[in-house]
Amino acid sequence: MAEQVLAADGTPLKASLNRALRRQKMRALVLILPLLLFILATFIYPIGQMLFRSVENGIVSETIPRTVVALDDWDTQENDLPPAPVFDALAKDLAVAVELKEHTRLGSRLNYELSGISSLFRKTGRRVDDIGEIYTDQLVALDPAWEDPATWVTLMADPDWITAQAAWDGEGDEPAFVMSASAIDLLPQTADIYADFARVIQSEDNDSPTDEEPWHIVSLALYQDLIASPSVDIPGPLAGLVSTAAAAAPSFETEDVIATLTEVDDDWQNPEVWETIYTYSPAYTNGYFLNAIDLQKTTDGVEWQPENEQVYLTLFLRTMIMSMTITISCILLGYPVAWMLANLPARKANLLMILVLLPFWTSLLVRTSAWKVLLQNQGVINDLLVWVGFVADDNRLALINNATGTVIAMTHILLPFMILPLYSVMQTIPISYLRAAKSLGATNWTAFWRVYFPQSIPGIGAGSILVFILSIGYYITPEIVGGTKGVFISNRIAYHISSSLNWGLAAALGAILLAIVLALYWAYDRIVGIDNVKLGG
Amino acid sequence: MSLPIYATTGQKIWYYTFRVIVGLILFFLIAPIIIIIPLSFNAQDFFTFTPEMLALDPEGYSLKHYRDFFSNQDWIRPLKNSLIIAPFATIISVSLGTLAAIGLSQSHVPFRRGIMAILISPMIVPLIISATGMFFFYSQMGLWMENTFGISKSLSGYIKVILAHAALGIPFVIITVTATLVGFDQSLTRAAANMGATPTVTFFRVQMPLILPGVISGGLFAFITSFDEVVVVLFVGAAAQKTLPWQMFTGLREQISPTILAVATVLVGISILLLATVELLRRRSERLRGMSPT
Repeated sequence: MAEQVLAADGTPLKASLNRALRRQKMRALVLILPLLLFILATFIYPIGQMLFRSVENGIVSETIPRTVVALDDWDTQENDLPPAPVFDALAKDLAVAVELKEHTRLGSRLNYELSGISSLFRKTGRRVDDIGEIYTDQLVALDPAWEDPATWVTLMADPDWITAQAAWDGEGDEPAFVMSASAIDLLPQTADIYADFARVIQSEDNDSPTDEEPWHIVSLALYQDLIASPSVDIPGPLAGLVSTAAAAAPSFETEDVIATLTEVDDDWQNPEVWETIYTYSPAYTNGYFLNAIDLQKTTDGVEWQPENEQVYLTLFLRTMIMSMTITISCILLGYPVAWMLANLPARKANLLMILVLLPFWTSLLVRTSAWKVLLQNQGVINDLLVWVGFVADDNRLALINNATGTVIAMTHILLPFMILPLYSVMQTIPISYLRAAKSLGATNWTAFWRVYFPQSIPGIGAGSILVFILSIGYYITPEIVGGTKGVFISNRIAYHISSSLNWGLAAALGAILLAIVLALYWAYDRIVGIDNVKLGG
Repeated sequence: MSLPIYATTGQKIWYYTFRVIVGLILFFLIAPIIIIIPLSFNAQDFFTFTPEMLALDPEGYSLKHYRDFFSNQDWIRPLKNSLIIAPFATIISVSLGTLAAIGLSQSHVPFRRGIMAILISPMIVPLIISATGMFFFYSQMGLWMENTFGISKSLSGYIKVILAHAALGIPFVIITVTATLVGFDQSLTRAAANMGATPTVTFFRVQMPLILPGVISGGLFAFITSFDEVVVVLFVGAAAQKTLPWQMFTGLREQISPTILAVATVLVGISILLLATVELLRRRSERLRGMSPT
């Protein structure tokens, strides 16, 4: 066996080399790390967060948790409307949501799925604090103590909390309310809603449950508890008060929550409303993605949107077709220019190159404004055409605010991205191949088509993918020159982000667009290699 | 590719037709940019050539749109904002980007492809998607900065836009600097180390001067990216951070005022300057590395 080779310091050479390699790797990573972290934190993470919005749907179960739980018992096939406990739960949830001012947010969320829900929630929100008033009145008539916040606190709060609250000096925050174990055990529904009441009073109103009379809905819950367990035996000083109420409860005048809600808005009898709430109650949904491809979720499964609401597939298709048109126009216009650049003497080619690079370096807004000005009805191009006599003065061409405008302007903007990769590929094709082909008897066309063109295909591929990727994500130019018929999917995403505020749908559309772009990018990387991207020739 | 003397008439016709076609395409490329320059001197508020202009009557021309640009607060403030945001964004992109490009060009970098893909991604992802992602992220971050550090809303607005633009500029720095480093002779650093230079000295005295052209042109790309960017600033910025492209965008979308042509002409002038600088730097760098004959 050969003797082990040693490095100068006596360690085995292999170990020494490994250590050097490891140190080199570490140094490279240390140099890269700051930027990597920066990009991950300020770019990758925000995009991931945005994409997450396309499936996130927590707002329904967070705003109306009791309703979502109660809806589980609803057999959508058997009954058109959910059972009565769902209405009770909804009244309680809304009473809390109204105090937190969250019901309008939920209303707008569900309004994306069924228009009209937003106003239904707003309308109901204004009236929901009356539900249960009838029970409060009867309890107070029975014993005025029910009107005193202290009665409720004694009944519901943990004794330790009462002590802590009494000791609190008014500085800083009041100790967070703690429910007593016996209340949770003996009056479960009351405890449930009273906990929300105490939380809202403390956090939103910066007040204390000891000073505030509970909402009427709490009386409703207490009534339900007393009916459910008439022989309830509350420990402590209030035993008498509660058992009196329990004894009187069966003879109370009652309120039908379903009737009250229906009186506020008869949409609560509309099965579609309930089906929408039911379908969108889970915390995660594929609903946004389905909407993004013109489908909708129903209780019977996935269905097509009504004909007149199908817009997105058309829009995706239009984005694709227009990007394709732009790509093809760029190939047709870019190929001759790239050929010329590649085959002229260096000096002349450099001069012509400036004509390609200047638009490339010019502000996008400048080029878009130029087209907006040129393509106008009273713009330079129409004036010129009228002057030449191509079109009549009263019949000027509509070149802007339609697909034509978008294609013209974007072909101009993206043309350099086609010419530059084509040029760099064509530079490597020796022109003598053409001469050789001709000297072997090929016609000009055959020589070009069979010899030159196949060698330039990598350039066409690289340029096309680049132009296509850039164009399907374009926003500014279509927005300005595209009118309504010449806009892309990006414009719709921007609309949902800034105007309709349907962020989930915007995120789903964005996710689909991103997937298309990444797939193309992957293809680009395979064909060209991202390292070979060159800027400015 | 000159025409041989033995060319047939058909070949001659094709030769000239082809030149005309290429000429027309180049005209299509350059004309829209050139034509707005004379239009910006229009004495009327029109977007086409008036009869006076066509007759080269001095009455038909004026500098009034330029006066408006440099005196109207609606344009001055955006110009100032652009000139504040772009340099800071460029500094961040260039400093982080150059370091990372040097790291990436070492011979043994684990996960090189993956890292490269992440660093290039701001250039690949469509701007509208970056903008929406940043919109949610930076609105939370802005609130956090205001509450934690107590900085003003306006300052946090600038920080948000600068960070967002820095991320967008980074791919350009990475690409140009790595391209410069491809031709960098690593034995030079070894020679410097051999003669007793510390890594820092080697970096500043040997490596930096050689890759400087690449760094500067990467910086110019980053600058123009930020200076020209409108989608992200539209979503991330507030009205106080309105930049020049943003103002142009609103102008184009709502009521278009001829001042926009004056602004466009000034920007074309800036791009010509930048283009010239980048070209000079590219040639210098190639000469330095002996990649092309002088």
